[in-house]
Amino acid sequence: MSKMDLTRRGVMKTGAVAGAGLAVPTIFTAGSASAFVNEPTGGSVTLGFNVPQSGPYADEGADELRAYELAVEHLNGGGDGGMMSTFSSKTLDGTGIMGKKVEYVTGDTQTKSDAARASAKSMIEKDGAIMITGGSSSGVAVAVQALCQEAGVIFMAGLTHSNDTTGKDKKANGFRHFFNSYMSGAALAPVLANAYGTDRKAYHLTADYNWGYTTEEAITSATEAMGWETVETVKTPLAATDFSAYITPVLQSDADVLVLNHYGGNMVNSLTNAVQFGLRERIVNGKQFEIVVPLYSRLMARGAGENVKGIYGSTNWHWSLPDEGSKAFVKSFGTKYGFPPSQAAHTCYVQTMLYADAVQRAGSFNPCAVVEALEGFEFDGLGNGPTLYRAGDHQCFKDVLVVRGKENPTSEFDLLEIVEITPAGQVTYPVDHPQFAGGALGNCNPGA
Amino acid sequence: MFGLNKKDSVLFVLVLFLTMCAPFLLNPFPQGSELAQFNAGYPDLMQRFVIFGIFAIGFNILFGLTGYLSFGHAAFLGVGSYAGVWMMKLLTMNVIPAIMISVIVAGLFSVLVGYVSLRRSGIYFSILTLAFAQMSFSLAYSVLTPITNGETGLQLNLDDPRILGVSEVNGSIPPPNLFGLSLRDSAEMTFGNWVFTFNTGYYMCAVLMLIAFYISIRIFRSPFGMMLRAVKSNQQRLNYTGLNTKPYTLAAFVISGMYAGLAGGLMVAMDPLAGAERMQWTASGEVVLMTILGGAGTLIGPVLGASFIKYCENIFSKINDNILHQWFAFMPDGIEDVIVFLVHPFVGKGWHLTLGLMFMLVVIFLPGGLVEGGQRIGRLFRRRKPDAASDASQTKPAE
Repeated sequence: MSKMDLTRRGVMKTGAVAGAGLAVPTIFTAGSASAFVNEPTGGSVTLGFNVPQSGPYADEGADELRAYELAVEHLNGGGDGGMMSTFSSKTLDGTGIMGKKVEYVTGDTQTKSDAARASAKSMIEKDGAIMITGGSSSGVAVAVQALCQEAGVIFMAGLTHSNDTTGKDKKANGFRHFFNSYMSGAALAPVLANAYGTDRKAYHLTADYNWGYTTEEAITSATEAMGWETVETVKTPLAATDFSAYITPVLQSDADVLVLNHYGGNMVNSLTNAVQFGLRERIVNGKQFEIVVPLYSRLMARGAGENVKGIYGSTNWHWSLPDEGSKAFVKSFGTKYGFPPSQAAHTCYVQTMLYADAVQRAGSFNPCAVVEALEGFEFDGLGNGPTLYRAGDHQCFKDVLVVRGKENPTSEFDLLEIVEITPAGQVTYPVDHPQFAGGALGNCNPGA
Repeated sequence: MFGLNKKDSVLFVLVLFLTMCAPFLLNPFPQGSELAQFNAGYPDLMQRFVIFGIFAIGFNILFGLTGYLSFGHAAFLGVGSYAGVWMMKLLTMNVIPAIMISVIVAGLFSVLVGYVSLRRSGIYFSILTLAFAQMSFSLAYSVLTPITNGETGLQLNLDDPRILGVSEVNGSIPPPNLFGLSLRDSAEMTFGNWVFTFNTGYYMCAVLMLIAFYISIRIFRSPFGMMLRAVKSNQQRLNYTGLNTKPYTLAAFVISGMYAGLAGGLMVAMDPLAGAERMQWTASGEVVLMTILGGAGTLIGPVLGASFIKYCENIFSKINDNILHQWFAFMPDGIEDVIVFLVHPFVGKGWHLTLGLMFMLVVIFLPGGLVEGGQRIGRLFRRRKPDAASDASQTKPAE
């Protein structure tokens, strides 16, 4: 072995150096004496928009970013003000938030928890972001929400549909405007019962990850409650692009409904495969075979093209809604970008407005004050009718749209038609509902 | 010093200086200036520099010395992370048990993987390790959801037992600590417009990286390291001389697996969440990139490569069109838009493209990685006079 000369003096010298080195970080006292982390002191306030710019949900991410830019423009008094004029709370006046100009930083979540957290951390630690928002996947939303809770900033979730975001993984500093799997199930089940009858046999294909599980659970329990039977539930890998191998067993079973608990590219591919296998022309048990897609988005409908016609699903918001808020939003988004916004864009825009308004009403950027202002907040005019931010789990309760692929679309954006607007009351559940059990909000954390 | 020769001592002191002064060195631009965008001296990124430095140092012990290219090293990092989070869930928020168990579990897992994979060499070895890593990823992503929490990632909860610590403090999860010293605490020092952040967690990681670096130097200079180099240069000849190389390669594999486990443990100590993507093949590929980019087989190369890639990932990915327009605002409108249009594909979501180009340039022009670049610059300055003389005599036109 190589030589290792240890002398008493050598050891003491290096010990002293190492000790001094270790002591260095503790010599300085914490510099800032602010009441909460990233307290905005200058004339501006920084928001962090953390969206997927690469990976499977890059389309949604790009649309979210457009919505955020629009929201910032409106908050700073630019453009036509969008939904600020229809929002039931009138505290926002186009002078920024509490008189501070709104600035923003962006980051790429890559739809990976690690990358999303790294990006959010750099926004908090480097850019001084006071609020983080965005995301297009529940895994990322849950991960970033936990980070924001630890760091002491507010998290306004973007597109996240899993029950867990406001269920077992809920956090005091996190808020979700988007609807969830349970609501999809509760809204879809009666419509499906009306359209297809109550003695159906359902076969589920489920994306093999967290969102898939909660959606499958929500849909099976909601449909079983009205008399359907669940024949089989099969998990499919998230990375799968060809679902033929999973469709063939459906043909051999006696199921007469196929539920595709898939989102994004998964759903586009599985639906296309199912249609190619002639499932929609099949007659089983004397009944027409049907396909159901619990969570729809316009971007997905466009990807699946012809195949979505007549297929039921649920969605958070659709640009064809006739209320004043939706019309104002579609108009200002369309003027700026030339096409109507997606549901992801809508929820992100609304979340930004809700945050800004909560700060105005609270009179402080302190996360705890904001949490207090948002909890139990009832509002209207943001496109979903009267809405409640429930204090118990920080979930918004509002109407849910049941939609169907349009038979005769008039444009590439006009792919879905609204079948029914399920009232909020019908999709409301107690905070301790079994599908949301476990986990606790904890206390709000202002950081410093 | 510490049994290192003079050259290695100098290198070690240089790394010591770089890591200890990182908060100053990485924040060269004053706050609020246009260039502040390029500052990297915030705790999260500094922690990543040293953690991925450890990961790459470990990978280099295997790849740089024996030449065995493992394409599944991220699996050990992931396994270490999961083990670390479980310790924090079950035992205590003190990170020492978490880090120790991370190293141990990753070491055991690498014994298993190494024992099977090392039966083959070359491309077959790479494919076997890749297969193991993808298998671990898929298991963690779906089948093992009760242990790994699947796609969402394993994280701490308020109702975790933490039998040696406390479950919650005022309705919050207690922060990870080192014997009571919170790793999230930072001290700030202000000089005019410059703000330097000194973070406890960073310094803990930095000290561990120095230890890891020191061990790596000792391995490189030991007879064991020489044996590993012999494996790289001609394994067949070694076998013919009657030596069994398997124990050596397996030992190198396990050591580098333990380094990966240490990196994984530190990652969760800094940020208590373990996601399955950490084990994906892209993550395994990343450490290969880091090592080759910095200089495989050199001591400091992997650390440089790791820092370079993490810098690109965290800094370039955050430059958006808005910022570009601010930078080029002094130009006439038309030209500004053209420039922004040209730069746009390389920043923001296009940071992979920038990284890819850099990687190609380095591999083509500097096969020895960034270290070779440094050496060339060094030579340029040191031997300017004699070189200039000899160059003048040699580079006469052919005509």
